[in-house]
Amino acid sequence: MKPVYLDNNATTMVAPEVLAAMTPFFSEWYGNPSSMHSFGGHVGTRLKEARADIAGVLGCRPDELIFTSCGSEGDNAAVLSALAAQPEKRHLVTTRVEHPAVLSLAKHLEEKGYEVTYLGVDEQGRLDLDELARAIRKDTALVSVMYANNETGTIFPLPEIAALCKARGVLLHTDAVQAVGKVAIDLSQLPVDMLVLSGHKLHAPKGVGLLFVRQGTPFRPFLIGGHQERGRRAGTENTAGIIALATAMKLAQAHMAEENSRVRALRDRLETGVLAAIPYARVNGDTESRLPNTSSIAFKFVEGEAILLMLDQYGICASSGSACTSGSLEPSHVLRAMGVPFTFAHGSIRFSLSRYTTDADVDLVLDKLPGIIETLRRMSPFAEEPAQKPACTC
Amino acid sequence: MWEYTDKVRDHFLNPRNVGSLDDANAVGEVGSLACGDALKLYLKISDAGIIEDARFQTFGCASAIASSSVLTELLKGKTIEEAKALTNKDIADFLGGLPKEKMHCSVMGQEALEAALADYLGEKAPAHEPEGELVCKCFGVYDGQIRRAIRENGLTTVEEITDFTKAGGGCGECQERLAAILAEELGKPAPAPAAEAPAKKGLTNLERVRLVTRVMEEEIRPNLKKDGGDIELLDIEGKTVLVALRGACKGCPVSNVTLTEFVQKRLQEQVEPDILVKEAGK
Repeated sequence: MKPVYLDNNATTMVAPEVLAAMTPFFSEWYGNPSSMHSFGGHVGTRLKEARADIAGVLGCRPDELIFTSCGSEGDNAAVLSALAAQPEKRHLVTTRVEHPAVLSLAKHLEEKGYEVTYLGVDEQGRLDLDELARAIRKDTALVSVMYANNETGTIFPLPEIAALCKARGVLLHTDAVQAVGKVAIDLSQLPVDMLVLSGHKLHAPKGVGLLFVRQGTPFRPFLIGGHQERGRRAGTENTAGIIALATAMKLAQAHMAEENSRVRALRDRLETGVLAAIPYARVNGDTESRLPNTSSIAFKFVEGEAILLMLDQYGICASSGSACTSGSLEPSHVLRAMGVPFTFAHGSIRFSLSRYTTDADVDLVLDKLPGIIETLRRMSPFAEEPAQKPACTC
Repeated sequence: MWEYTDKVRDHFLNPRNVGSLDDANAVGEVGSLACGDALKLYLKISDAGIIEDARFQTFGCASAIASSSVLTELLKGKTIEEAKALTNKDIADFLGGLPKEKMHCSVMGQEALEAALADYLGEKAPAHEPEGELVCKCFGVYDGQIRRAIRENGLTTVEEITDFTKAGGGCGECQERLAAILAEELGKPAPAPAAEAPAKKGLTNLERVRLVTRVMEEEIRPNLKKDGGDIELLDIEGKTVLVALRGACKGCPVSNVTLTEFVQKRLQEQVEPDILVKEAGK
């Protein structure tokens, strides 16, 4: 059964064009780009082109880009570099809804004696910029705020946040893993100091990512060793992965209009259809400022893992913010930070589309999901809604 | 992805004995929406003490639903004495095992059974009369439940206690206490407590929901019922508790006073001073 893949915020299919572009770099052009011979030199030339291509897409300089292995590496390198470069500053500002790549690192840094301010969000997952402004102190080394939330798709106002941080003279890092490829980002206009992305979220393979460090930003390397990436990230380059990333980013740029029209329309049709067919359902996140491909919907009185496993029976792949899928006992930290009531939080499902999503995919969900929710609600001891109970006679 | 056995998948996708039972004479209810899983077990017990029928309603994940389904299958035709001997292990074994993080689903089955049997025998349900101190405030787990899980399942780590009872899986504040209980049960010296306990920072959402639910069930509802009224907890959003009035309270001219002067006041005293009570639709 071909999966109906609606879990693109988890990972994406490698685009056929990307696969074709990277394949020769495994057994044909397998040379080391650092080698003296022209065989390796050719690979080096192709990497240089790839770097320039990506810089063109992002609106930055090629030498501001550091290739990494994944988003988590980029986030770790960025945060730890900011702290290492400003040893007198012991304070960090981030949000309660970050990806664990930042959130777990922040908790770890607290144990090491750093102070961390975790900014809350409102019920739609929005930040309060005044709160951010108040949180910045003299000893704040870095503000780390994600570009778009992986669970709800809520987009934070990075232009305003960047302007604020610039005015206060504090470094800003953004985990843009979910945003790159889905919304246009122009680093010549957006004054962030560091930005992180990951290839596998935009139809490149797993194992390649990117850290942008703006020229003039102090940087201390995370991986120490060889001279690669101008001494800022040691390790032989993932040549095939970098070629793939460049191809994928150019493709994403070419498809940006489609992402924001056809994919958005599909997402909206899915969401509207689900809400119309299923009572006691609501959308998690900021519908005014949201990734075009993401829909997080909460279903009252049912539990997310059970919904996912029933969807799985039809080959539908989605994800959940429910406690039971993660092995933890509390529902997602993102939904909790938003104050989503427990009656809804346990039953939240995330659908994330891509440019490969079809009308038929959405139709299948609209066909199957109402029955699944109804089946589970019939089983649930809480599903009997007060409004549907017979009126009291006394 | 959880690794569920075919048996778990079968009982999840084709659950047996779903629904309520109108002529049930034994009902047991455990868990809550806040905890992420809950089970209501209905039994029909004959005069001869044989379980003639069993049904369930479950809110929870696949393994919670499968555990409930298996429980009802295991119970049908059993005598009360045989049912009393049933443990969470029997449920898990019948399913061909559960992932360790999901063992609490089988424990929930056992607890619902105990509550139902106590209901039938006119005893106080063990879940309502828990032994010892409340250890895990997030999930409402008592000392007695924890010690029993340790003994019956041969647990040796705090992590295992969380897998089986959920205790310690919320804010984590009780983990030291869990370690001490475990040490006592294993006959080892208790680990030295940390020099300074971290200052308590308000209630977590889970703690608040647990506490509100308990005060409503144990104090507020019984009081209103005395006057023929009742109240239903609909939702808790932040510090606002949403309720619906039932019975004599519904449409009662002084229901506003009841809400602010009794319900809200009681919750403010017992849960948090700034908690607010709102009637749905008002």
